[in-house]
Amino acid sequence: MSDLFLLRHRTIAGLNQLSIYLENGGFKTWKKAVTAQKPEDLINEVKASGLRGRGGAGFPTGVKWSFLPNNIWPHYVVANSDESEPGTFKDREILEYNPYQFLEGLMLASYAVQAKDAYIYFRGEFWQIARRFDERIAELTASGYLGDHLFGTDYSLRIHTHLGAGAYICGEETALLESIEGRLGQPRLRPPFPAVEGLFGLPTVINNVETLTNLPVIIGEGAARFRSVGTEKSPGTKIFSLSGRVKKPGNYELPLGTTFRELIFTHGEGIINDAKIKAIMPAGASSALIPATDVALDTPMDYESVPALGGQLGSASVIILDETVNISDLVKDTVHFFKHESCGKCTPCREGTYWMSCIIDRIVSGKSKKEDIDLLLTVARNMQNKCFCALGEFSTTAVVSAIDKFRADFEARLES
Amino acid sequence: MNQLLRKHSLEVEKILAKYPPDQKRAVVMPLLHLVQQEDGFISRERMQEIAEIAGITTTEVASVVGFYTLFHDAPGARIKIQVCTDVACDLRGAREYLNGLCSQLGINPGETTEDGLVSIEEVKCLAACDHAPMFQAHIGDALEYHENQTVERTLDWLKSMIASMKSPASAVEKKTTDDGGSHE
Repeated sequence: MSDLFLLRHRTIAGLNQLSIYLENGGFKTWKKAVTAQKPEDLINEVKASGLRGRGGAGFPTGVKWSFLPNNIWPHYVVANSDESEPGTFKDREILEYNPYQFLEGLMLASYAVQAKDAYIYFRGEFWQIARRFDERIAELTASGYLGDHLFGTDYSLRIHTHLGAGAYICGEETALLESIEGRLGQPRLRPPFPAVEGLFGLPTVINNVETLTNLPVIIGEGAARFRSVGTEKSPGTKIFSLSGRVKKPGNYELPLGTTFRELIFTHGEGIINDAKIKAIMPAGASSALIPATDVALDTPMDYESVPALGGQLGSASVIILDETVNISDLVKDTVHFFKHESCGKCTPCREGTYWMSCIIDRIVSGKSKKEDIDLLLTVARNMQNKCFCALGEFSTTAVVSAIDKFRADFEARLES
Repeated sequence: MNQLLRKHSLEVEKILAKYPPDQKRAVVMPLLHLVQQEDGFISRERMQEIAEIAGITTTEVASVVGFYTLFHDAPGARIKIQVCTDVACDLRGAREYLNGLCSQLGINPGETTEDGLVSIEEVKCLAACDHAPMFQAHIGDALEYHENQTVERTLDWLKSMIASMKSPASAVEKKTTDDGGSHE
């Protein structure tokens, strides 16, 4: 891994200490931006880099920034550190081991849209990490990298932490905003989009931790350097969180466009007990189940190629299933997860996840007749395109693809 | 007089300063965290005090407490163990681990031991999928991750924790424990 943009702490020991981050060129890009660059220079560089949002949607970051209206002020930037997708553990590694690069990225994003207050929304379980960030923010303020009239200019920036309290839905950006505002984490109707009416009703940029951590590289070393890795439409590297039935689970930062085969068999060292690989979930519990055929294994992991397999790259939390797994057990896990995390706002999701969980429990316990499989499929299909936000939609993805591709696993569980 | 405000006036002021003055409601969650860190749960009286500071009703505060999994409106066990049994952890033996641990303690998931010391709960994804089986423990105001667990390792840790709680001289240690592997 010669081109590490994000997990640089793996080659530079102690990078989570300010002195060492500074020794390695840290905050030079920040100082240069505030003292010598215009906000639009930053936006243009990020647009040229082709960076796409790493939280799951893959939307071009520079374009997202340019949606903020310049006649409504103040602007806010919010870092989404609510990492909760089952199978995703990349942001946690950045936050613990390379926190200053992330902070510098958040600061650059704030300068680009001229926000004077930025918030970091941490999931409640990251309580200790959030405390460390309070200390780091105080340290940066004392050192003159944050605060009023930075480097003698007119620009001021303050960063605040906000701690969630255990709700997956708060990773959805409008639910996250509700949660900062002191309300239940339930999504808002869009439009208006957060770029126009976001936090406290004002224009807001919301970016994922990994997205922001790319910015010091793009703005410091240039879009061309960033584009030297990855593919034309999916440039840069991506942290792939590999888990499930592999010998060596973990985070792997690789160029976008690396094949599933390389990730699973070269980096992950293959399947536990050298069993046969069965399926891939490329985007955590929200994924479609992709049968691990040769074609699938040789597919490049980027924003264009994975959809061709009927899945999504999402946040690239790659969960591997082998022949020892009965897919109906896995579907039971995903359905129960979404049932627990449904916020209760819209009926299709609240009721649908409940009924899916009743049916899958019956199937897995061996008390079902054949009709139950089709009943489960019907409930899932009836939820699709009817839920208020993506959570409800995602709760059906594994169900529908599993019954479509691995029906035999469900039939094996039926009452004989 | 608002006890919370009197006792933690500095801390409350710091929290208020994080948000625009006309958006006081945003202090609800940080204040709930503050109370829970001190009391271990959030009582009706404290909700009322938070409501006063945030300028909303006690019912609205209670609805926030009810919505989020990490807020508790009743005191729980001294050591709250939350085992992740989500997809990725389940694929690495988390369920067998949970069942083993529960049977050793003689309780079911969701229950507390008779002495009120330990409770075990099943939770979903804690972003540590590569180090399963794992659990998160709430002890007093601390929240710790314990990764790469076996039933034996957890029981050993529990024994030492309970021993340190029973001896008044030694305070409970507060740190994140990565008992096995590390991220590097």
